[in-house]
Amino acid sequence: MRFALERRAERSALVAIASPLIAVALTLVTMAALFGVLGKNPVTVLGVYFLDPLTDPFTLQEIAVKATPLVMIAVGLALCYIANVWNIGAEGQFIIGAVAGSWLAVVTQGTDAGPWVLPVMLVLGALGGALYALIPAICRVRFGASEILVSLMLVYVADLLMDFLVRGPWRDPHGLNFPTTAEFDPVATVPALIEGSRLHAGAILAVLVVMLASAVLGRTLRGFEIRVVGAAPKAATFGGFNANRLVLFCFAVSGALAGLAGVIEVAGPIGHLQPGISPGYGFTAIIVAFLGRLNPVGILVAGLFLALTFIGGEGAQISLKVPLDLTKVFQGILLFYVLACDTLIVHRIRQIATPRRPAPGHA
Amino acid sequence: MLEAITLAVIAASTPLLLAAAGELVVERSGVLNLGVEGMMIVGAACGFAAAYFTDSTLVGALAGVLAGALLALVFALLTLGLAVNQVATGLALTILGIGLSGLIGAGFVGTRITPAPQLAIPLLTGLPVIGRILFGQDAFVYASIALVAGIWRFLYRSRAGLVLRAIGDNPGSAHALGYPVLRVRSLAVLFGGACAGLAGAYMSLAYTPFFVPGMTAGRGWIALALVVFASWRPLRLVAGAYLFGAVSILQLHAQGLGLGIPSQVMTSLPYLATIVVLVLISRARGAAGSAAPASLGTAFVPDR
Repeated sequence: MRFALERRAERSALVAIASPLIAVALTLVTMAALFGVLGKNPVTVLGVYFLDPLTDPFTLQEIAVKATPLVMIAVGLALCYIANVWNIGAEGQFIIGAVAGSWLAVVTQGTDAGPWVLPVMLVLGALGGALYALIPAICRVRFGASEILVSLMLVYVADLLMDFLVRGPWRDPHGLNFPTTAEFDPVATVPALIEGSRLHAGAILAVLVVMLASAVLGRTLRGFEIRVVGAAPKAATFGGFNANRLVLFCFAVSGALAGLAGVIEVAGPIGHLQPGISPGYGFTAIIVAFLGRLNPVGILVAGLFLALTFIGGEGAQISLKVPLDLTKVFQGILLFYVLACDTLIVHRIRQIATPRRPAPGHA
Repeated sequence: MLEAITLAVIAASTPLLLAAAGELVVERSGVLNLGVEGMMIVGAACGFAAAYFTDSTLVGALAGVLAGALLALVFALLTLGLAVNQVATGLALTILGIGLSGLIGAGFVGTRITPAPQLAIPLLTGLPVIGRILFGQDAFVYASIALVAGIWRFLYRSRAGLVLRAIGDNPGSAHALGYPVLRVRSLAVLFGGACAGLAGAYMSLAYTPFFVPGMTAGRGWIALALVVFASWRPLRLVAGAYLFGAVSILQLHAQGLGLGIPSQVMTSLPYLATIVVLVLISRARGAAGSAAPASLGTAFVPDR
């Protein structure tokens, strides 16, 4: 008995909605088995991971804080992936955005600069991320170099650049030699939504980004172009769409969003620039984009869920001594299941009764 | 001094060569597996763990090979069995691999093992200058050279290699002729995973020899770029791998000289060099047409 893939006549709308849910369910089952192997009670661990954070107002806010960068980055990545171009260097664009915005915060440190500082920082962050993302895009459009590899290499470069700055010219002179800038001034800080909480105005911006991206993708010619270039590049050429310009557009937008997320992260919950500002947001956002089925609203939900895994993972590490790397394993397995389930939207699995052995033309 | 640098370059090049050689075969069959970094780091963790318990480099290397192949099997099931997008699956493999390696290797951070033994032939190894370079390496180095030679012979001098290349260029025609496209591609992917696992095992068994999370530091990605650099030809791969090994060692030595250049600038050199090389190679090839296997990265669903 064998199984084979068969293309469906039409996309299955039912599977399209169900597939992320099935993927999450399968991931939970797999993780439960993994916990069993590690000698922990699966039910307890899953509870700590996925339910405990939802019962406490503090962790609920933390989920929103973590989801903010994830959603913003993932929306941009989704644009790229719909157009079938592969920006996988969002982590680097996030860092460069943080660096570009921090520059203003550092040079205005201790001066009587007015409330214009934060808005300009946000613009600088978005601009920095966009320009950094344009490097792989231009390498691809102009020279045909793989945007995948170039954007990924630039992640390491961005990380080293930030490392240099916070250990060298930007280091806080009163910081006991820790590699960090001084704490940003209040005018260079994203305001908190609730007094004394870490939940900041960036979360609102993330929701706005989702709404804007929904409108652009669903209701504008540019959104239509992106979808056509991705789904049917030949038709796009006949339709007179300039695919190269679209590559540049998608990279610039996704870089800008990642950069914006970066500067919001350092000017918001962190409050200064230091190494390790991201627990891999740029890579986790790839999973968010796919789990959200490359749909901005879906990404909002997926971002909250992945943020839950970060918070739950930290909780499980503290209370149950489960290694923190389990969160990454969880995220990787989740992406596998999401991708596998997505196949079933356009394909169905058929059982073949009798194995057919194709005879080689000449052996 | 020169001998020391050459030895260091060989050591730095070997993991790149091992991983890139495997990926070259995978890509020649038309499959793009971006999970090299993930398979490498899991190979490093599993290889180290096995060597720690058995005190045997051979068992460690085999564990690395097996771990890499197992991850590659997951990749094959998805991309070949379910026709899932290869780029996205490769990324998933890398994310999963980095997490798994941390999980497996956590207990071994800070422990040491006996490094892989190096060849010692009386007289020959003692020869000045070339002695240690030619006759004093560990088994991985010789294996990497033999691997590339074997791959060259397989691809260009065997019927199976011809079939594999045909499948990479035109799976539809190969299928119509009755060749088992998915089976050949699966075997190629498994082979690539085994090579990446071996490359990782080399890192933790011979190159360092200890385990640190994230110790592959992007070498899997550089290996992917090397395949492009080599225009999918195995012999050019050797030149490319040694060139990159040289860049990474020279930046270390330059840091030691204290030229006043920030260490971060020097450390970023291999990554920047990768970008420059990719651009130059792609531009040079723009006129001559791409050397990539024609069906690289596209899923193939056989019609029955």
